[in-house]
Amino acid sequence: MATISVEGKDLEVDEEGYLVNLDEWFPAVASAMAVIDEVEMEDDHWDIINFLREYYEEYQIAPAVRVLTKAVAKKLGKEKGNSKYLYQLFPYGPGKQACKFAGLPKPTGCV
Amino acid sequence: MAKLHIVNKSPFERNSLKSCLGKSKEGSTILLIEDAVVGALKGTVVADDLSSAIANKNVCVLGSDLNTRGFTEAEILDGIKIVDYAGFVDLVAEHSNVQSWL
Amino acid sequence: MSEGIKKFMFMNTKAPYGTVYALESLEVVLISAAFDQDVSLAFCDDGVFQITDNQKTDGSGMKNFSAAYKALGDYDINKIYVEKESLEERGLTMDNLMKLTYEDEDDDWAEKTSMYLVTRAELADLIDEQDVTISS
Repeated sequence: MATISVEGKDLEVDEEGYLVNLDEWFPAVASAMAVIDEVEMEDDHWDIINFLREYYEEYQIAPAVRVLTKAVAKKLGKEKGNSKYLYQLFPYGPGKQACKFAGLPKPTGCV
Repeated sequence: MAKLHIVNKSPFERNSLKSCLGKSKEGSTILLIEDAVVGALKGTVVADDLSSAIANKNVCVLGSDLNTRGFTEAEILDGIKIVDYAGFVDLVAEHSNVQSWL
Repeated sequence: MSEGIKKFMFMNTKAPYGTVYALESLEVVLISAAFDQDVSLAFCDDGVFQITDNQKTDGSGMKNFSAAYKALGDYDINKIYVEKESLEERGLTMDNLMKLTYEDEDDDWAEKTSMYLVTRAELADLIDEQDVTISS
């Protein structure tokens, strides 16, 4: 099993880099994954990651991109709630990549 | 020594509870687990059968499986005992043998 | 209704947790929402137990997936039919079930109910209207 090393802890990840044990997540995990994916983390990224974690906490699922986009539009405004903006932040996809950074499973229906 | 009968299928979908109730002796214990726990609810189409069984058999339900499905002690028939996992083990130890009804 | 959109109904007839049908069906429903079809859900027979309120799985160690039904509104699935006779046979009423809602985009995000109590005969009519019915 592959691992990712964060602040001296070796955390298990699956073959696509998603955390195996979701409760092992802490913010530095997102930062470490971002370094691997060459994404520079800024406040806008954290807004989305925090949103995803809250969504998962409430519904126990990682939202589909369409759902994420709509919800972000409602919460953070229309200029952020569109897929162009979200793809700028997370070039490998707001569903796949942001969920990975947030320590969530891959969104249901994402292939 | 009496027998412990374990039922794990919903009585609304299978006949295993009915079958068990009809073929278990007075003084035996019937334990409802997994999908069978909803058979213990008040006001269902099997409540009369269960009430008759309670009169002369020891009917129990696994509490954690009941909670998993959104129900608590308040919603089950009077006379049905709630047991936890330790209670489950005790029941197995106290009875001469165990029959699982599938 | 525009071209290419079909009426899909997912019929949920099995109790959750004891078998994997309910969880698998929910996943298929969430995936199907990506295809912009006209999706509805029906809960009948033991399927009504899938949406009971206050499910607590700490004791059994099962994954509690009941919260995900509350996300259906976000997926634009807002026609959820519950069969009256199935509730009655199980000693249940709508009060035992979660309150599933959606926010109406066209009405200033007003929260509205997604749930409809229907009789067995009414459910038969609804099934008859569907292009595709998937039962589990």
